[in-house]
Amino acid sequence: MLRELKVLRSHGSQFVKNLRTQPVSAIFRGRPAISGDISSDEIELICGICPVNAIDKKSGSINIGKCVFCKECSFALPEKIQFTNDYRMAVNKWEDLFVHPGTEIEIRVDEEHIRKEIRRLFRGALKLRQVSAGGDNSCEMELAAAGNVNFDIGRHGIEFVASPRHADGIVITGPISENMSEALQLTYEAIPEPKIIILAGTDAISGGIFTDSPALNRKFIEEHNIDLYIPGNPIHPLTFINGIMDLLGI
Amino acid sequence: MIRKELFYIEISSNPGIVPLNEIPVLPYEDFCNKTISLLSREANHCLNYFVNESGKLLFFYMLIANDDSHKILIYSHRQPSDIKVLDSITKSCFQLHSFEREISENTGISFTGHPWMKPLRYPFNRADRNSILKNYPFYKIESDETHEVGVGPVHAGIIEPGHFRFLCYGEKVLHLEIQLGYQHRGVEELFLKKSGLLQQSILSENIAGDTVTGHACAFAMIAETLGGIEDDQRLKIERTIALEMERMAVHLGDTAALCGDVAYQIGQVACEALRTIVINTMQDWCGSRFAKGLIRPGGTRYPLTLELIKTITQQLDEVNRRFLEVTDLIFQNSGILARFENTGPVSRKQALLAGAVGMAARSSGIHRDLRKSHPFLAYQGLAFPMVTLESGDVLARALLRKMEFESSYSIINQLIEKIGENESNTCLPPASIKFQPGVLCLSLVEGWRGEICHAAITGQDGNLVRYKVKDPSFHNWYVLALAVREQEISDFPVCNKSFNLSYCGNDL
Repeated sequence: MLRELKVLRSHGSQFVKNLRTQPVSAIFRGRPAISGDISSDEIELICGICPVNAIDKKSGSINIGKCVFCKECSFALPEKIQFTNDYRMAVNKWEDLFVHPGTEIEIRVDEEHIRKEIRRLFRGALKLRQVSAGGDNSCEMELAAAGNVNFDIGRHGIEFVASPRHADGIVITGPISENMSEALQLTYEAIPEPKIIILAGTDAISGGIFTDSPALNRKFIEEHNIDLYIPGNPIHPLTFINGIMDLLGI
Repeated sequence: MIRKELFYIEISSNPGIVPLNEIPVLPYEDFCNKTISLLSREANHCLNYFVNESGKLLFFYMLIANDDSHKILIYSHRQPSDIKVLDSITKSCFQLHSFEREISENTGISFTGHPWMKPLRYPFNRADRNSILKNYPFYKIESDETHEVGVGPVHAGIIEPGHFRFLCYGEKVLHLEIQLGYQHRGVEELFLKKSGLLQQSILSENIAGDTVTGHACAFAMIAETLGGIEDDQRLKIERTIALEMERMAVHLGDTAALCGDVAYQIGQVACEALRTIVINTMQDWCGSRFAKGLIRPGGTRYPLTLELIKTITQQLDEVNRRFLEVTDLIFQNSGILARFENTGPVSRKQALLAGAVGMAARSSGIHRDLRKSHPFLAYQGLAFPMVTLESGDVLARALLRKMEFESSYSIINQLIEKIGENESNTCLPPASIKFQPGVLCLSLVEGWRGEICHAAITGQDGNLVRYKVKDPSFHNWYVLALAVREQEISDFPVCNKSFNLSYCGNDL
């Protein structure tokens, strides 16, 4: 009994009080911000540096669905590019993954674009089935952390379930290996309608550093509408949580 | 540094490098006999055995670690590219089973006498395109009294995919067959395809996202050795601290998961909270909870400043204090002990035969730890015990984590003391490094699971022509299969978690 009390006393209260405003480290690599006056020479420089071709050659926009958040573009041009510690990066439209130079807007889900039934049916309780399709286990661990004693998404009725039959949607991590493509399809088909598709992490959204690998099969992504994109390498639990809360209107 | 002895060449350093044309080439029968003889001694274990195709020939390289002499032995054999059949060495030396299976899957060579030519990972460029995950013939028992349980690839929790086929007699597992390959992304081929150091560094971080520092250090050590970059002692110390922090963070997470699996909530949440502190501290250091971006060849973007050291010291002291309280609670709880003790045991003999490495080996009484046998980074001269336990059960693997956590805490403190008041003077990573041509370069890192081995071969222009990655899980998956024999199937989750092996590390 005494041992339990000691542990509980040291443990204290662990849950994050406000998941919308919880601060993270100042150097956390979140939403990038690009200066409006970035020159074409500078754009050419960072395009040559970017390891995943996430930067548009003409406009200098960064696609945060391709970005691996290595920050090398920012190290090359610290005056023109910063990676803020803003972790709210989830979007529900592919176009909104592009961060354009000169725009200091915060990244948010487009409310108009959310299917009506999502909020009507899932707002009080969202059960998700996770499928790792070639993931390296970092996004998976962060998704598990979203349900831990600190982040506790269970407080909003959001949880991961063991069976697709019990699920309202699928959360995919990993670039989608050929060897997982069928299992992914079968798991998705086993989820009853209506259902949502969430892509968590750069690898899932675009393939990431694995993009040009012949071992992948990304047909599933091409053939389905995606309800939520969660950028990150790996995702931060708060990016995931805020994205889902935005989607559900919590 | 390099001594040429009879049939092998010996390297005394980790990382190490040797010109390709200095690696002895043996006739195959000789190669087999010498290998069997070497590996019959416990102090020797196979680090890597792999093929490189060059011209119309296949070069097979054998890398063996000798834990007593602290050396690495390298020798090879050579075959024409169209060779179809070789005699298996596995039948006399079981620890090579995965290596021969891998070679067979990639080249189509049949190893006669190999007890079980099971596909390893179904790579996109495998020799037999007709071999697919769906049509693999699992081992069967024909009986009305037995049944099969198939689990995966998609698992109940938020974990990577793999297929487990249990042959059961009631609740008892007679045999477990594990089929992997679902996470195959073509990592080794991508190392060759990627243009430039930054892309390759990022790739190394993503081999296994829970062993970022392990694999990233292994790659960085290779790139620096190939480029003849001078040792930076401070950089080595900083990397060692990162590697040990990763070890601590995962051990905390694993302890939480093991508690969760036996429904011990207080243990689970207490350890979850402690893991959060450690990885948030990593985030304070380099902006990433998993240390992605921290380790680069030749330098770092995130020096470990004295300011950061204060933060790390403070946080780890707190975590250590609380972890001692939690483990004091966990390991005297009779309910937990009843679940863990004698569950999933692996005998020392089994672990040795199977070629176990890392924690799986040390939990069964095998003294195998690269930090001791082949010191790298800043481990030379540090005082820390080789942590081993004898029972090889879930309890041993759980207790080992607590003991290694203590050891890591001590290592970090020793290194911080070594740093003293000296501010970090590491340099920025170079944009590119010119690699020495015509060499074999290898690095060994004791990641939190165990022995990581990367091996690179460069061509005449210094470009990588072969990059071989070996994750410790490559050896240990089979040990898990042995552990659950004669066990209750309901104990499988706790056995699996006590190993916590990497699917993507195996599948590459």
